[in-house]
Amino acid sequence: MAAGAASGGSATTDTYKEARNWLLLPSWLVLGIFVLMPVLMMLVYSFLTKEFRGGVIWEFSTDAYDQFFFDRGLFGDEPPKIEWTYITIFWRSIWQAGAATLLSLLIGFPTAYFIATRPEKTRAIWVFLITIPYWVNLLIRTVSMKFMLRDNGPVNDFLLGIGIINDPITIVNTNFAVQLGLFYSYLPFMVLPIYASVERYNFNLSEAAADLYASKMTTLRRILLPAVKPGVVAGCILVFVPSLGSFLAPDLLGGAKNFMIGSLIEEQFKGNAGNWPFGAAASMVLLSMVLIILMIFARQQAKAGKEAS
Amino acid sequence: MARAKYDIKSFPGFFPITVLCLIILYAPLLVVTIYSLNDSNSITNWEGVSLRWYADVFTGPESAKFKVAAWNSFTIAIIAATVATSIATLAATAMVRGGKFRLRTVSFGLISLPLMVPEIVLAVATLIFFNSIGFTRGYMTILVAHIAFCIPFAYLPISARMQGIEDSFEQAAQDLYATKRQAFTKILLPLMAPGIVSGFLLAFIVSLDDFIITNFVKGAGVETLPTAIFGSVKQGIKPNIMAISTMLLGLSIVLVTLSYLISKSDNTK
Amino acid sequence: MKQELTNAIDVQNAVKRYGDFTALKKISLSIKDNEFFTLLGPSGCGKTTLLRMIAGFEDVTEGDILLYGEPIADLPPNKRPINTVFQNYALFPHMTILENVAFGVEMRGASKSDAQTRAGKMLELVQLSQFSARKPSQLSGGQQQRVALARALAPQPKLLLLDEPLSALDLKLRKAMQIELKHLQRETGITFIFVTHDQEEALTMSDRIAVMSAGELQQLGEARDIYERPRNMFVADFIGETNLLEVSVDAIADGRATCHLGGGHELTCNAVDGIGVGAKVHMSLRPERLFISDRPTDAEGLKGTVRENIFVGTDISTIVDLAEGLDFIVRTSNSDRGNRRIFEPGNEVFVNMEHGAARLLVD
Repeated sequence: MAAGAASGGSATTDTYKEARNWLLLPSWLVLGIFVLMPVLMMLVYSFLTKEFRGGVIWEFSTDAYDQFFFDRGLFGDEPPKIEWTYITIFWRSIWQAGAATLLSLLIGFPTAYFIATRPEKTRAIWVFLITIPYWVNLLIRTVSMKFMLRDNGPVNDFLLGIGIINDPITIVNTNFAVQLGLFYSYLPFMVLPIYASVERYNFNLSEAAADLYASKMTTLRRILLPAVKPGVVAGCILVFVPSLGSFLAPDLLGGAKNFMIGSLIEEQFKGNAGNWPFGAAASMVLLSMVLIILMIFARQQAKAGKEAS
Repeated sequence: MARAKYDIKSFPGFFPITVLCLIILYAPLLVVTIYSLNDSNSITNWEGVSLRWYADVFTGPESAKFKVAAWNSFTIAIIAATVATSIATLAATAMVRGGKFRLRTVSFGLISLPLMVPEIVLAVATLIFFNSIGFTRGYMTILVAHIAFCIPFAYLPISARMQGIEDSFEQAAQDLYATKRQAFTKILLPLMAPGIVSGFLLAFIVSLDDFIITNFVKGAGVETLPTAIFGSVKQGIKPNIMAISTMLLGLSIVLVTLSYLISKSDNTK
Repeated sequence: MKQELTNAIDVQNAVKRYGDFTALKKISLSIKDNEFFTLLGPSGCGKTTLLRMIAGFEDVTEGDILLYGEPIADLPPNKRPINTVFQNYALFPHMTILENVAFGVEMRGASKSDAQTRAGKMLELVQLSQFSARKPSQLSGGQQQRVALARALAPQPKLLLLDEPLSALDLKLRKAMQIELKHLQRETGITFIFVTHDQEEALTMSDRIAVMSAGELQQLGEARDIYERPRNMFVADFIGETNLLEVSVDAIADGRATCHLGGGHELTCNAVDGIGVGAKVHMSLRPERLFISDRPTDAEGLKGTVRENIFVGTDISTIVDLAEGLDFIVRTSNSDRGNRRIFEPGNEVFVNMEHGAARLLVD
């Protein structure tokens, strides 16, 4: 076997190639049994028949997907119409996640850019400051957000205090509160990849553009943005994808009217009222959406990588 | 101020936005911390500084619940992070020092799977899995699920660290009559220590913080701190929740800072 | 092939392939006991691959490697009594200097205290005893390089491999280390195999040199031999500066070959095995073995015009446009002793050669 990489250059080396299967075995076992198998089991469950006390009957059925997409009337004997209830929930989730992503981009891009153009020594500290909140418990952060936004909370106090508003405004239990919550949950994910690509950007290119009479804004739009686009796309994906399936922000900040996919899925497994196959099917739809987005993204990144080299 | 110099890199407004960004990130945490010190019974009125709600966490009516939850959270986090870090260290060695092999991409996909699958989906899948094999939900199911999803968090800093260590050190060791096993234990492991510690701390935090998956696989009666907090919050935010949250967020910040400082200490130069 | 047991290393028909790429194409060479041997060639020529095969870091696709007559190709690096000084030194950053130097001795089975005693002696040899408690990062590049040397020599290997160990040092330090290495080799009596792409370094230090290119051995011989009698175009061009002329061989008699240039000008030089009458080959003329005058010193003087003089410190290089349509470099020592005239650009001159300066090359 001459699989060895030529000396130097390559990122991987083959010092322990004889042992590699043994070294990988524990991770294959744990992740294979407790992550991959469960996902496959979920796929199986989505094609089973529901049992009314929660759980499933082992009989093949496409009822779960049928219920998700089609409305056959109360007794299931009417000609199928499109069922809008769940599609609407998915659509709302996409919309909420999209709004949160846009919000993160508006704040995250200038922040990432600013940090990346700091002197090298201070950059690490800025990045660290941005990442700390991510490591604080998401539940605690969401609860804090709720505390901030409630009718007589600090945000309303502040707005009343400076006289922008005369009466407290209701933010909690609105779509906007959910968007703010998602934005707050995943903002660091937007900043980090953009930061990484701006940091790699060669500012000589901007200088060359300026030398050739481009204004600052033109330079930003025509030279810098195309160069850092992969980072921007990565940031958007990293905010959008977890927002799509999030549970805590809509549950704690949104209230019943602002139901998102996460809550829909969660409800199917709570107590005896749930519908496991339907929950599994909704999860499969969500997972498929996410995997498609990630696949398109991976292909684009690979293409961008090829162009860059 | 000196005359504005033409600087191709700077855009007006970016600095204020950065400050705004930091305010948004930190203000809620700061506010919760401040209100956890409130002497009042209600969360709305400020009645001076006191530590009574911290005392309440340990001695109040809900203290027994919190103690059990904290015990569960910490033991699970320590065991899960230890096991996940060991597994991740071995896997990283194979991935970074195992040459090119056909299953490399598949293995990497498997390792990063918990990061790609939405958390709620992973939670549902794990619940279904335990249910289908007839496992009773409880402490063990939480622990196993935590070990699995902590692996990528431990793996990333460890493999990054290993990629930064040239293999010439291990080659030199072998050249000086060390076996591969000795080269691993005497040279590679000590050099990787910062990466391993930082991987462990991240896995520990992730386990300690997890709510969604735990909530699905915990079964009746077993609570961790996040699920206990969530249960309380559902009935409204109470001051003792602020206190317990502040302690948890303080712990997270300390651990992350530690992880950051350790990973920055470069013992390969 | 005759095989002497006194050879330190015999490489026999060694081939190294990575998939479709052949890094070494059937290399055979023998290195004598107690020799300072250099593998010289441009990057990617296979010299480092060959060194790593001897050390045990690359397996041998085909062929064999013998160490004092014993086949070692199937032994892992830790079973070979061969040590390496790595290009970047690879000093263990988490160990002290003393621990670094003691490592190999300890791994060979010595007790910790014996190993450290031996390491202490080695550090004395390289004059670094006062640094033994420090970490590698606290030492300068030159000091690190000496620690690496001490570490590799401490287990008393039968063979020391040096992989471009001086490339990270600045010019002055490099020159000093070249001399120190040569001394160390004589003192210890250990066979050294040195890899470098720097031909000057190779010429300075080596007993014998193997010039490699594209995975093949181009020429093997003593330093002087390789410089003065390059076998082919690659060696002549890679080692030192040279002028190359295309010539046709007209006649060979008494060990001398008569050749002519494209324009018909006639030159004679020593005949070379493998180049017969009628061959169209290249002739190498070292610039320092040529001289310029205003009239030809013999019939072989080449007529030309001075284009420019380039001052290079110890010498002056004169570029001459030959009547044959070629440009030629002639090197004159920057010293009055030579009693040679420097001609100005535009001067009509003759380029003359010392006896034996011309050398025919196999392509």
